[in-house]
Amino acid sequence: MDSVRSPAPPHVQFENVHMAFDDRVVHRSLSCSFARGRISVILGGSGSGKSTLLRLIGGLVRPDAGRILVGSSDVTQLSEAELFDVRTGLGMLFQHGALLDSLTVFDNLALPLRERALGSEAEIAERVREQLSSVGLDGVETLLPGQLSGGMLRRAALARAMILRPEILLCDEPFSGLDPISLRRIESLLAAINQRSGTTLLVVSHHIASTFRLADQVVLLLPGRSVSGTPRDLATSSDPEVAGFFDEGSPTQSPLLTDGASRRMDT
Amino acid sequence: MTVADALRELGFRSLRVVAQLGQMLLFALAIGRATILPPYRLRRYLEEIHNLGVLSLVIVCISGLAVGMVLGLQGYNTLVRFGAEGSLGAVVGLSLIRELGPVLTALLVIGRAGSATAAEIASMVTTEQLDGLRMMSIDPMGIVVSPKANSMVFVMPMLCALFILFGITGAYFVGVTLMGLDPGIFLSSLSSSIRFRDDIVGSMLKALIFGFLAGLIATFRGYTSAPTAAGVSAATTSTVVLSSVAVLICDYFVTALWGFDI
Repeated sequence: MDSVRSPAPPHVQFENVHMAFDDRVVHRSLSCSFARGRISVILGGSGSGKSTLLRLIGGLVRPDAGRILVGSSDVTQLSEAELFDVRTGLGMLFQHGALLDSLTVFDNLALPLRERALGSEAEIAERVREQLSSVGLDGVETLLPGQLSGGMLRRAALARAMILRPEILLCDEPFSGLDPISLRRIESLLAAINQRSGTTLLVVSHHIASTFRLADQVVLLLPGRSVSGTPRDLATSSDPEVAGFFDEGSPTQSPLLTDGASRRMDT
Repeated sequence: MTVADALRELGFRSLRVVAQLGQMLLFALAIGRATILPPYRLRRYLEEIHNLGVLSLVIVCISGLAVGMVLGLQGYNTLVRFGAEGSLGAVVGLSLIRELGPVLTALLVIGRAGSATAAEIASMVTTEQLDGLRMMSIDPMGIVVSPKANSMVFVMPMLCALFILFGITGAYFVGVTLMGLDPGIFLSSLSSSIRFRDDIVGSMLKALIFGFLAGLIATFRGYTSAPTAAGVSAATTSTVVLSSVAVLICDYFVTALWGFDI
C-alpha cells in the first residue's frame, strides 16, 4: 500500500525498548515506528512479543528501559492517571474481545460513553446502535457476549474499541480462530475504519494473506531484532530469516500483491 | 537440605508474606481512594449488594435456624442436669450474638460470596476484561473492585443479624415447643442477659470487621491472580482458606479488645 500512499510521519515510536519477564527477554533494544493514518501489521513468531508490544503502547505493561512515544507523550514516564488521558486516544481490540460478560452488548458499548457522561441516555443509545450497525450487528443489543459467535464477538469488540473514535486502534490477533468469511469481514471493517477516519491501525497477526491485503507497513519481530518495510519489501528480502517468514507459497506471484486501492477489501 | 538452606527458605517465605501484606495494605488504600472519589456508581453497589447479600439470604437463614435448634437441644439437655433450664434463652442468645452469629455468618458468606467474588475477578483478569476497562480509561478499582469489597462490608452485619434472629427462633422452637419450657422464662432470660453495648454493638462490630476482611482478601486474591485457569482456581481456594483463618484469628483479638463483660 505504500506504493500508492505518501509517506506519513510517525504516530507511535519505540526507542531502544528493553522488556523482560523475569529471565525471559521479550524485546532487546527494540526501535521502530508506526506511521500516522496507516495500517501497520506486526508479525513475528510465537513468544516474539507482538501482543506485549501493543500492551506497552497502551501502558498496560511498562518496559525495563527505553522510550515509547504515542504522539508526543512518552507513555513510559506517565502515571496511571496520566495514562488514562493518553488512552482516550487509543482503542484496543483484544484477541478474545474482552467484553464484560456480565453486561449486554449494548451496555458494553454504552459503558465508556456513560462513564464520561457523553450525552443523554437517548443520545448514547443512538450512538451505540449506529456503531453496532457500522459493524453489521443490528439486533444483538440485548444479547450477552457469551451468546455471540466468534466472528460476531470480534465485531462487537471492534465496535466498542471504536466507540470513542480513537486516533489509534490496536488490534491483537483480530483474525485468529475465524472462518474465512468472518475473517474477510473483519479485514473489510479494519480497512474501512482506516480509510474513513484516518485512524492509525496497529494489527498483530499471524495471517500472511491478510497482511498483504491490509498492510501499508509490516514490522517483523525476529529474535533480537526487528525488520520493517512494505509487505513486498519483506517478502522479497534477501535475508533468509525474513523471507522464510513469508514462505507461504510464492507471495511475489500472488494476486494479493497487486498494488493500489484494489488491494483494499470491498468496504 | 542443610540448616542454612532451611533458614534461607524460611527467610524467603517470611519476606514474601510481608511483601504480600504490604501489597494488600496498598490495595486497601486504593479501594478507599476509589470509594471516595467520583464517579459514584450507586447502580453497581445495588447489583453487588444483591449478588452478595440477597443471594446469600437462604443459606444464612437456614443455617441460622439449624444452629439455633442444635444449640437449643444441646443447651436444654445440659442445663436441665443442673436445674438451670430456665437460662436457656440467655445461653443461646449470648452464644449466638457474641460468637456464633458473626463467625458462622462470615464463614458462610466467605464460602458462597467470597469465593464467587475472587473467581469472578480472576476470570476477568484471565479474559483481559480488566485490561479492556483500563484501555477505555475506566479504573477497574472503581467499577469492579470497590463495589464488591464495600458491599461485603455492608451486607455482613445484616446477614449476621438475620442469622442470629433465625438462630434464636430455632432455639425457641426446640426449647419451648418441643421441650416444654415456659415461653416467658425463655424470653425474659434472653432479654435480661443481653447488653446493648457489649453484645449487640460488639457483634455488629465483629461482622463489619469480618466483612472488611472477606471483601479485601477476595478482591485482592482475584485481582492479583495469574491470568490462567489455574490462577482462577488458586485465587478461589486461597480466598476461602485465608479469609476463614483471618476471621477466626481476628475474632479472638476483637473479643479481647472490645472487652466483652462476663
